[in-house]
Amino acid sequence: MGFLWTIVALVVALGLTWRFLGSYMEAVFDGRVRYLAWLEQPFYRLLGTGPDNEQSWRRYAGSAVVFSGAFLAFGYLLLRIQGHLPLNPQHLGAVPPALSFNTITSFVTNTNWQNYGGETTMSYFSQIGVLTVQQFVSAAVGIAVAIALVRGFSRRSSPTIGNFWVDMTRCLLYVLLPIAFLAGVVLVSQGAVQTLAGPARIHDPLNHVTQTIPRGPVGFMGAIMQLGTNGGGAFNADLAHPLENPTGLTNFLYIWLTLSIPVSLTYTFGKMVHSVRQGAALLTAMALIFGIWVGFTSYAEHQPNPAVAAAGVVHQPGGNMEGKEVRFGDTSSALFNVSMTQTSDGAVDSATDSYNPMGVFGTLTGMMLGEVTPGGVGSGLYTILIDAVIAVFIGGLMIGRTPEYLGKKIQAREVKLAGIGLLVMPITVLVLTAIAVSVHAGRVGPLNHGPHGFTEILYAMTSQGNNNGSAMAGLNGNTAFYNVVGAIDMLLGRFGVLIPAVALGGSLASKNVVPASLGTFRTDNAMFIGLVVGVIVVVGGLTFFPAVALGPIVEQLSHGRFF
Amino acid sequence: MARSTARPRPRAQPAPRGVAEARSLFDREILRQALVDAFKKLDPRVQVKNPVMFVVLVGTVVTFAESITHPGKFDWSITVWLFLTVLFANFAEAMAEGRGKAQADTLRRMRSEVEARRLRPDGTEERVAAADLVRGDLVCCEAGDLVPSDGEIVEGVASVDESAITGESAPVIRESGGDRSAVTGGTKVLSDRIVVRITAERGKTFLDRMIHLVEGANRQKTPNEIALTILLSVLTIIFIPVVVVLQPFGRYAGATVSVVILVSLMVCLIPTTIGALLSAIGIAGMDRLVQKNVLAMSGRAVEAAGDVQTLLLDKTGTITLGNRMAAGFLPVGGHTEQEVAGAAQLASLADETPEGRSIVVLAKERFNLRERDLGSGHVFVPFSATTRMSGLDVDHRRIRKGAADSVKRWVAQLGGRVPDELDAIVERVARAGSTPLVVAEEATILGVIELKDVVKQGIRERFDDMRSLGIRTVMITGDNPLTAAAIAEEAGVDDYLAEATPETKLALIKSEQEGGKLVAMTGDGTNDAPALAQADVGVAMNTGTTAAKEAGNMVDLDSNPTKLLEIVEVGKQLLITRGSLTTFSIANDIAKYFAIIPALFVATYPQLGALDVMRLHSPSSAVLSAVIFNALVIVALIPLALRGVRFRPSSSAAILRRNVLIYGVGGIVAPFVFIKLIDLLLVALHAY
Repeated sequence: MGFLWTIVALVVALGLTWRFLGSYMEAVFDGRVRYLAWLEQPFYRLLGTGPDNEQSWRRYAGSAVVFSGAFLAFGYLLLRIQGHLPLNPQHLGAVPPALSFNTITSFVTNTNWQNYGGETTMSYFSQIGVLTVQQFVSAAVGIAVAIALVRGFSRRSSPTIGNFWVDMTRCLLYVLLPIAFLAGVVLVSQGAVQTLAGPARIHDPLNHVTQTIPRGPVGFMGAIMQLGTNGGGAFNADLAHPLENPTGLTNFLYIWLTLSIPVSLTYTFGKMVHSVRQGAALLTAMALIFGIWVGFTSYAEHQPNPAVAAAGVVHQPGGNMEGKEVRFGDTSSALFNVSMTQTSDGAVDSATDSYNPMGVFGTLTGMMLGEVTPGGVGSGLYTILIDAVIAVFIGGLMIGRTPEYLGKKIQAREVKLAGIGLLVMPITVLVLTAIAVSVHAGRVGPLNHGPHGFTEILYAMTSQGNNNGSAMAGLNGNTAFYNVVGAIDMLLGRFGVLIPAVALGGSLASKNVVPASLGTFRTDNAMFIGLVVGVIVVVGGLTFFPAVALGPIVEQLSHGRFF
Repeated sequence: MARSTARPRPRAQPAPRGVAEARSLFDREILRQALVDAFKKLDPRVQVKNPVMFVVLVGTVVTFAESITHPGKFDWSITVWLFLTVLFANFAEAMAEGRGKAQADTLRRMRSEVEARRLRPDGTEERVAAADLVRGDLVCCEAGDLVPSDGEIVEGVASVDESAITGESAPVIRESGGDRSAVTGGTKVLSDRIVVRITAERGKTFLDRMIHLVEGANRQKTPNEIALTILLSVLTIIFIPVVVVLQPFGRYAGATVSVVILVSLMVCLIPTTIGALLSAIGIAGMDRLVQKNVLAMSGRAVEAAGDVQTLLLDKTGTITLGNRMAAGFLPVGGHTEQEVAGAAQLASLADETPEGRSIVVLAKERFNLRERDLGSGHVFVPFSATTRMSGLDVDHRRIRKGAADSVKRWVAQLGGRVPDELDAIVERVARAGSTPLVVAEEATILGVIELKDVVKQGIRERFDDMRSLGIRTVMITGDNPLTAAAIAEEAGVDDYLAEATPETKLALIKSEQEGGKLVAMTGDGTNDAPALAQADVGVAMNTGTTAAKEAGNMVDLDSNPTKLLEIVEVGKQLLITRGSLTTFSIANDIAKYFAIIPALFVATYPQLGALDVMRLHSPSSAVLSAVIFNALVIVALIPLALRGVRFRPSSSAAILRRNVLIYGVGGIVAPFVFIKLIDLLLVALHAY
C-alpha cells in the first residue's frame, strides 16, 4: 500500500470511527449502554458508590489521584517481588528499585517510557498483571477526566461533575475491554505472538547456532497499548519487532487503534454539548497540525541521510533509511512515528535517533505542543480544551464581551486553572532538562555530544513530561538519576494538567449558561480553529524555540557537520 | 412662571463646565504631571501590583548590577532602555490617571465651604456650615444660594443651574413631589425659594462620589482585568524559566551566555506591552464614559455594559422624541386635504404645545399656508380638561380640534352630522400608533389630523447595530399593546413591554437574567429604583430622584436615555482594547526571538546566524534594537490605550476578523520591520 493510499485509508477509517465510536462513548458515559450492567453493579457495591453518587470536582480529582497512587504503590511492590511471583519462565529477578519506580510511574501516568528491555526484565506476570493492567486503567483515568471536564460545559449550575469510579468502570467495561479484545484477536491472527510458554529455542543446523527467541503475551498487550495510547510494548524493539508488528495490516491497525479514541472523543464532546460542530472544530484544529507535521516529517525523512551521503552514497532513493525497517520505508515510518508522538502513545517502528535532524524536529515538537493533536486518550481532549479556553479568552476579549465558551463565562478562575494546565508541562520539561545537562549524572547519559546529545536529553524529558513515552534512544536512561528525574517529570506532566482540568470542569459546571446570540464568540468556525491552532503553536513555539534551536535546528543548519 | 424672576446668572469666576470638560489627549498640564508621576511610581510597593512590570524592574536591577561590575557600552545601553521601559509603563498609567485628576480638581474647586440656612423645628432659620448638616435636616435655599448638600425638595419649586455637575448651561426646574424633586449639592438655585431635606451625609454627597470616581482613588480591578492579569502572570511565569534555562543549555553547548542578553530576552518575551498599558486602558475606559457625561459607580459596571444582551429602553425620550408631531391631514365627507389643513392651522395658531406648533409647521410645509394675521376679531379657545378641545373663534366661525369623542359630541350638539367614514379613519390612525385629532368647523367635521409619536431619527440604525452585536432591544411603554406594537415596529426594536408598571419591568429583568442574560436599563423615578438595582447595568438619569440614582450603578448627567447605547459601546471597546493589545503583545515575541536567539548563540554555533532573518548588524545591535522596540512600542500605543481601539458595531465574527488581522498578524509583522529600522538607525548613528 503506497504512502498516499495509507493516508486515505486512515482518514476514511478514522472518519467512521469518529462518528460511531464517538457517539457510542457518549451513550456509555451517559449511562445508556447497559449490556454489562450485571458486571457494573458488583464493582459499585465493592467501592460503596454508584451512578447516583455524584462527586464534586475535588472528590473527582481526589478519587483519580488516590486510585492512581494506589496502583503506583501496589505495582511498585509487584515489580520488586517479581522473582517470587508465578508466570516467570525465564526466572527473572526483582526489578531494581529506581527502575521499578520509573516503570510503574510510567505506566500509571499513561506514559510507557521504558528504561528497560521488556523481554529481559519483565516476567509474564509483570507484563500482564502490572503493565497491561495499567495500560487499561491509566487510559480509563484519562478518558474519565476528559468526560468530567466536558460535563463542566454541558451542565449548568451544577455542583458535581459525575462519579469517577462509575466513569472509569464504564470506560473499561464498554470501551477499552471489548475493542482491545477484538483488536487483539486480529493482531494474533496476523501473527503477533500470544503465549505464556516462554522463549522459543531454535537450533539452526546449518550454522550450528541456537537462537533464543523471546515470546510472551504480546498480541493482546499490543492491542491495549495502542488503543490506550500507552505505547509500551512487550519487546524492547517495540513495534519494529516482527513478532509484535508482523504485517502491513497490523502496522496500519496499530496506527488506527492509537488515533481512534483521541479522535472520537471530539465527537463525544460535541454530542455532550449538543453540537457536533463544536467537536468537529476541535478535530479540525487537531487534524491541521497533525497533517502538517506528518507532511513535514515525511518530507524530512525522504531526504538523504547526510552521514551516508558524506560516506559517498549520495543517491538515496529510499530517503533516510538508517534505523528504519525495510518493510515500512521512510515516509510510512515517519507517519507512524508522528502518529505516536502526537497521541502520547510513544510506540516506534523505527529509530528516531537515526532520523534526519528535521525528522527529529517533527517528532520532538509534536510532543512539545502538549499532546493535543489528537493527544492521548482523554488527556488529548482535556488538554486541547485548556488551550481552547485560553484561545476563547483572548479571542473573546477582542469582540468586546466577557469571553464565554459554550455559554460558560471564562473568568479569573478558569483562566487561572487553564493557565496552570498550560504552564506546568513546559516548565517541568525545561527545568529538568536544564538540571540534566548541568549535573554529571545527567551529562553522562547521552551517547552523542553537542546538539545531538542535547537533543537526546531534551527528547527524553519532553517525552516523559508529556506522558508520551517515545524514546529517541541514544540516551542511557536506566540510571538512578534518569529513573528518578524521569518519574518526577511524568508525575508532574500527568497530574499537573489532570488536576487543573478536573477543577476547570468543576468551575465551569457551577456556572449558568449565557444564551448564544449574534454577539457570541463562535467556537465552531474557521476563525476559532485558527485561534486554537495559533494558541497551541505559538505557546509551544515560544516556550520551546530556544531549546529546539540548540538541538535539531543547529544540527540541521550544520549541513552534515556531525557531533 | 418661575423663570420670569430669574436673575442674570452670576459669572464672577469662570464657572466649571462640568466633568465632561474636554481636554485634548495630550494636554500639556497633564503631560507634565504624568512625567513627574512616572518617577513617583517607581516605588517597588507600587510596582509589585503589576507582576509583569515588576519583573522588568527586577531585571533592570540585575543588568544595572552587571553594568557596574562589568562596565560596557552595551550593558549600560540595555540597562537604560530597560529602565525606560518601566518608566514608560508608569507614564502610561499616569497619563490615564492625570485626566481624571484634572477633572477631580475642577470639581473640588466648587465644593468650597458653603453656609447652609438650616430651618429649626419652629420654622426660624439658623446659619450653619454645610459640613455640619446631617441627614434629615431641612434647609432653605433662595435664588442665588448654592444648594449645600444633596437632598429632596419638600416644599416649593425653583429653577436650578446644574451646569457645575452636568456642563449643561440651561437651567432645569426642580419641584417638590414627583420625580423631579432631587437637588444636588454644589448646584445653584436661580429663582424662587425651596425647602430641601438633606439626604446625604458629608463626604458622601454626589459631588464627593463624583470626585472619587473620576479620580479613580481606589480603583478596583474589574473581573476581566483580573482574569487578564492572571493570564499575563502565567505567561510571565512560563517565560522566566524559558530564559533562565538557556544559561545551563548554553553552558552545555560550550557557550558563555551573557546575563544581560538573557534579561533582555526575558523582558522582550514577557507581555510588557499589555502589562504596561493594562491599567491605563481601564482608567481611560472610565474616563471615556465621563467624557460622555456618564458616571459609572464602578469599573465592574462598565465591563458589564459590554456584556449586556438585553436593553430595556423607555419609549418616551429614548425611542421617540417624546412629543407627538403632526404627520398628515385626512379629510372626510368630501372635504379636501387643504381645507383640513387650513382649519387645523387656524385652530392651532395659539396652541403653544409642541403638538400644536407641529400642526402649523406641517400646514405650511404641505400647502404653503403661512401664519395669517388674524386682525382683531378673534378669540382663542384654550384646551381644557373638560372640553378636551381647543380652537379659535374668528369672524363667527368656530373652529375646533380635539379628541374624536369630544368633537363628535360638540358637532352633534350643534346639530351636525358625523360622516360615516370618520370612525374608521380614527381607528386606523390609532392602530398605527398615532393619535387622531378631529377638526371641525361649526357643525361640519372636516377631517382628522394624525399626530404621530415620532421615532427619533437614526434610532432604527442604532438598533440594527445593537442587533448585529447580539443585543436584544426591548421597548418599555405605558401605551396600550396596539400602539406599542406599531411604534415598536417602526422603531425596529426586537420586543416591547406594553402597559408597563414597575412590577412588570422588574419581572421582565428577572426573567431575562434567569436565562443567563445581562440586562441594562435606564430609569429616573423612585418606582424605577427596584428595577435599576436589579438590572446589571442601571443608568439613572441625573434629573431623577435620589432613590433612582442610588439604585443604579451609573448616572447619566445629561439625562439622555439614548446614551445607554453608547455606554454599551464603551464597555465593549474597553474589552476589545485589552484583548487586541494582548494579542499584539504576544505576537510581537516571534520577531524578538529571531533577533535575540541568533545573537545569543551565534558565537558558539555560527550556523544559527541563518535564523537572523532580519540581517541585523551585530549581535549587540540586534539585542539592543529588540529592547528599544519593546520600550518604544509602549509609548507608541499610549494614545491607542487611552482612546481605545476603533469600534464599529458589527457581527462578532467581523469584529474578531478585523482585530485578529490588525493586532495578530500586524503584531507578528510590525516588530520585524521596526527592529530592522532601529538597527539601521543604530548603525547610522554609529552607536554600533
